[in-house]
Amino acid sequence: MLSLTCPVCGVTAEETEFHGGGEAHLKRFGPGATDDDFEGYLFMRENPRGVHFERWRHAYGCGKWFHAARCTTTLQVFGTYAAQTYEPPKDICEKISGERPGWSWRLFK
Amino acid sequence: MSDPVTALDGAVSDAGIATITEVPLQGMITLRGDLSTTAVKNAATGVAAVDMPGQGEANCVENRGICWMSPDEMLVLCPYETVAANIELMQKTLSDAHALAVNVSDARASFRVGGGRAREVIAKLCPVDLSPDAFKPGMFRRTRMAQVPAAFWMRDEDSFQIICFRSQAQYVFDLLTVAAQPGSEVNL
Repeated sequence: MLSLTCPVCGVTAEETEFHGGGEAHLKRFGPGATDDDFEGYLFMRENPRGVHFERWRHAYGCGKWFHAARCTTTLQVFGTYAAQTYEPPKDICEKISGERPGWSWRLFK
Repeated sequence: MSDPVTALDGAVSDAGIATITEVPLQGMITLRGDLSTTAVKNAATGVAAVDMPGQGEANCVENRGICWMSPDEMLVLCPYETVAANIELMQKTLSDAHALAVNVSDARASFRVGGGRAREVIAKLCPVDLSPDAFKPGMFRRTRMAQVPAAFWMRDEDSFQIICFRSQAQYVFDLLTVAAQPGSEVNL
């Protein structure tokens, strides 16, 4: 079972109280971008076995969006953090490095 | 003027391991804004006449109270007949603060689940740790009740109050009734 802690309201609940919002830290490419950039933004997604970063919404609770770093094979959650950020916070990256040495995900490692 | 009624006209189910009662008309005002500002706090406390609850808590006395819904939302409870006047009072207190106060009394239904097994009944329906150590009176929790959103808090050691959408009142009442049917004790 995947248990997440909402960093906004502090509630820890299992997956069904939340709603997944897809991959985290996507950079938007809009009008004026090259076709390749736009294609990447629109369609290209990570599908890792292991460390993954996602957006989640506490749909049945406070209703707020947040980010989660978790492992897709073990469902271990390395941490959750605010939605208002472009990259995962240092302490979460360090925790992942402790648990999964040598991990990398897109630009982060 | 039409005669206001609750969703299920005060339905009661007491044949099972807990008593489920629909709560009479309850005034509810949603107040959204920056909860750290004095104007918003005063708007809520001025109407409910209770202290501001902390994160994830509810302060309720009889049919008045304040429930913490999210970092920018509170649910203010007050007697049904006083809602219009209270919203006016809130608007005055808020003056030009960026906030929203809306009467949601008729958009919600509310139930009380009472009895020594009330915890078990709620625990069957919600993905929430309801052990006596984890969920205590004074705490407030928005969650999922089977397939619909709901929020509840404990009025005292043996009784819960639930708030859900009015359109889902029958569904929630039926859920609770089934979860409390005779012989369904979990004996945790």
